[in-house]
Amino acid sequence: MSALLRIEDLHMEGRRPTGEWMPIVRGVSLEARRGEVLALIGESGAGKSTIALSSLAYARPGCRFTGGEVLFDGTPVLDLSLEQKREMRGRRVAYIAQSAAAAFNVAHTLAAQITEGPAVHGTMPQAEADTQMVDLARRMRLPEPERIGRKYPHQVSGGQLQRLLAVMAMSCGPDLLVFDEPTTAIDVTTQVEVLAAFKDVIRESGAAALYVTHDLAVVAQMADRIIVLYGGEIMEQGGTDQILHEPRHDYTRQLMAAVRPPPRASGSGADLESSAQPPVLSLQGIDAGYGGVKGGKPGVQILFDVDVDIPRGQAVGVIGESGCGKSTMARVISGLTPSFEGEVRLDGKTLPPDVKHRDKKDLQRVQLVLQMPDVSFNPKKLVAQALGRPLEFYLGMTGAERDRRVGELLNMVELPADYAGRFPHELSGGEKQRVNLARALAAEPDVILCDEVTSALDTVVGAAIIKLLESLQERLDTAFVFISHDLSTVASFANRIVVLYAGRVAEQGPTRRILSPPYHPYTRLLLSSVPEMRTGWLEDHRATREAEQAMADVVNIGLTGCPFHTRCPLMIPGTCDVKRPPVHRLEEDHRIACHREIGELQEAPGVHG
Amino acid sequence: MSPAPGATAAPVRREFRFPPLGVYGYVCIAVLLFWLFAALFAPYIAPHTESAIVTGTSFAPIGDEGLLLGSDYLGRDLASRLIYGARTTLTLALVATILAFVLGVVTGFIAGIAGGWTDSVISRVVDAFISFPTIMLALLIVSIFGTSLAALVCAIGFIEATRVFRISRALAVNTMTQDFVEVARARGESLWWILWNEVFPNAFVPLSTDFGLRYTFSILLLSALSFLGLGVQPPYADWGSMVKDNMTGIFVGAAAVLLPALAIFTVTLSINFLVDWNLARAQKDISDELVK
Ligand SMILES: Nc1ncnc2c1ncn2[C@@H]1O[C@H](COP(=O)(O)OP(=O)(O)OP(=O)(O)O)[C@@H](O)[C@H]1O
Ligand code: SF4
Ligand SMILES: [Mg+2]
Repeated sequence: MSALLRIEDLHMEGRRPTGEWMPIVRGVSLEARRGEVLALIGESGAGKSTIALSSLAYARPGCRFTGGEVLFDGTPVLDLSLEQKREMRGRRVAYIAQSAAAAFNVAHTLAAQITEGPAVHGTMPQAEADTQMVDLARRMRLPEPERIGRKYPHQVSGGQLQRLLAVMAMSCGPDLLVFDEPTTAIDVTTQVEVLAAFKDVIRESGAAALYVTHDLAVVAQMADRIIVLYGGEIMEQGGTDQILHEPRHDYTRQLMAAVRPPPRASGSGADLESSAQPPVLSLQGIDAGYGGVKGGKPGVQILFDVDVDIPRGQAVGVIGESGCGKSTMARVISGLTPSFEGEVRLDGKTLPPDVKHRDKKDLQRVQLVLQMPDVSFNPKKLVAQALGRPLEFYLGMTGAERDRRVGELLNMVELPADYAGRFPHELSGGEKQRVNLARALAAEPDVILCDEVTSALDTVVGAAIIKLLESLQERLDTAFVFISHDLSTVASFANRIVVLYAGRVAEQGPTRRILSPPYHPYTRLLLSSVPEMRTGWLEDHRATREAEQAMADVVNIGLTGCPFHTRCPLMIPGTCDVKRPPVHRLEEDHRIACHREIGELQEAPGVHG
Repeated sequence: MSPAPGATAAPVRREFRFPPLGVYGYVCIAVLLFWLFAALFAPYIAPHTESAIVTGTSFAPIGDEGLLLGSDYLGRDLASRLIYGARTTLTLALVATILAFVLGVVTGFIAGIAGGWTDSVISRVVDAFISFPTIMLALLIVSIFGTSLAALVCAIGFIEATRVFRISRALAVNTMTQDFVEVARARGESLWWILWNEVFPNAFVPLSTDFGLRYTFSILLLSALSFLGLGVQPPYADWGSMVKDNMTGIFVGAAAVLLPALAIFTVTLSINFLVDWNLARAQKDISDELVK
């Protein structure tokens, strides 16, 4: 069969901040065929995304085509008119990017935006588009597929929005799917499902796919062929098995050697004695949710009886799958979503649940850093104003003193002080996230809540942010609550880990203990869902006892029993589904909420049942 | 101090590029400047006052009897009346539009930010008014409160305010769900601070675009009312009533009926064109952002 997409000797240039043009893609040729997934791998800056975008005849701002040809279904697309390009992008090529937030308009319902494409391009009537959306939503393992379309973008969690973006992209029935790190913002268990859904869709529709990622384990599951890029040139290409197991090029070998190790506790984290001091922040029996409160309960309850202690000066990781209530927990702590039951205590003092009733001193001590760098800043305000405001508000600094401190803060997050004069859109994603951190640091808080601060970023940039957080945590006596769906990131950084499932704490304890037996059954599923670097792992994993169970049902936030019972391989019928599990308290404040005895939870992850 | 790894911020640019406007754009600007000048300096440039009857001939043709544009049905100088008319029409419409914005933006922001039942109540009331055709609503108000200039301005301002309310509310709701507002709320900022510092700067551009459109609608509504005899009353000259008063001249093809209509047409068309052009420019920026 002939190739659907053919790129011939493509050359592109990018403009450096200094103004001169530098080659970023040098003579790349490739072919993508129908029914086949072609992966582009390489480190950040290798030109992966640039090449992937060229298949849409699109050059990012600051980039330009300088040579070569892109043939889509035999048509050279670089010379098409803007109108024709738009037509092609909307209908025949779908682009699924990493950051979903930017792709949705907050003023319209999700369904309106998802079905708009097919309706506008006239590929199907509205009713059909609606049913197709529900079908795709179900395959993307979204909760309540029939109803989720009626929500607005800010009413779903970050990971859910990412999957909805994929639904939107696929709803036009495109011939070519371009995935650009589509699962970076999704937790491992959901990732398994989403990857499987992508595979099914590609197979069924006979579309061709380009898959850009840095994660070799994911590549092993998805790709039929792999192209290894470095500095805008192709180093090696070949079948997946050949590249992964018999790499011919030196660079490919290096890449394979640098594969990210499975989650492991960091050295520093394990040794701190945590229970010696009273916690700086503690949550006691928190119930919280959204929607109008009726009879003491909100419309939808998200958090159930959450008890968490944050020791002073330590990093506490919070993990759990998309939509389990991690962000909600951060919002409860900061008072944005008041809890309706339970207490938030700061140094033993109970805080009012609503931010409106807290006093300035308490507010100052807990700061929030949010998930999406793109929307965390008022686009009309300079960095200096964004950083200056907390200084003025909490510490009463003004004039030259404030400006000097803004400079210091920028230096603390490893940015030059003259960035103060920039607008947010003049910063890269990683830089925005640094300024975001600096804004929290400005208040000189005791606790910083970091909600998925790296998930909207490129991996390399994200890793640099984690490094920065580590060094800040060492230098300052600030506790970090680090919310993430990525087990490896959390494990490398946090002293303690809290595992949330469907709004309840499944397990919490020192990192080292979480990552070794005994495991809560859900933690075990998490650990076994981290992809391995071999082809066929995805299929094998889906056949395991755990995953089979896991797919039986989506997360159901029920009020009775253990929330995990619908997916748990160790479920005890008649007990787990009706009674709330007791909490086993082990040494070092390690707590597991489960009906099974500790002895029964020793089994290692990934064991086939 | 080394910048962040992987940092590739765009260079800082501050220079202002004059936007490419095209021939039509400049024609529109010239038209608007012309009427603005006429409105501002009416007493100095108009050869006669607006109510002086300067000739015995009604509908004197252009250039006749030393009158630049001829005379109207009473023998008043048409050129002078057009100039004074510009003053009345453009000023009244402007005051009405400003009133509409003060009213609409304040209630819209309050509804959008407060949410809950405050929002529901205000929105339902506004919806009720919006469901009326504007001209009927205007006639109703004017027939109750009379046709004094103040009543006219208030009627038009109120009607347009219901439209401004809708867009302001949407803008406020939009901005309030953004993360930077969450951060400000978590910091403990007051609603007023958030309104003034976070919501308003982001609503400014869309609101100013809407201002242009509302202004043209106000001009049209005012002219329509005057045309129906319920607007500006004699002896004041205003374009709408000039068209009405000189209707009989239509059979002799008099300039007196065509020129005021043409004036309304040129002003509203010019404003509309500039607003559209501004919108198109903003949308291009947005779509460039989106494909990133
Ligand atoms: N404003 C809201 N109104 C109604 N429901 C909401 C609202 N915000 C979040 N939710 C729902 O609450 C649940 C928990 O959301 P939350 O944002 O806490 O998840 P999360 O664990 O942070 O997920 P992610 O990792 O995807 O960010 C989700 O089912 C989400 O759809
Ligand atoms: S309580 Fe039961 S269902 Fe829940 S994790 Fe334990 S064994 Fe599984
Ligand atoms: Mg979240």
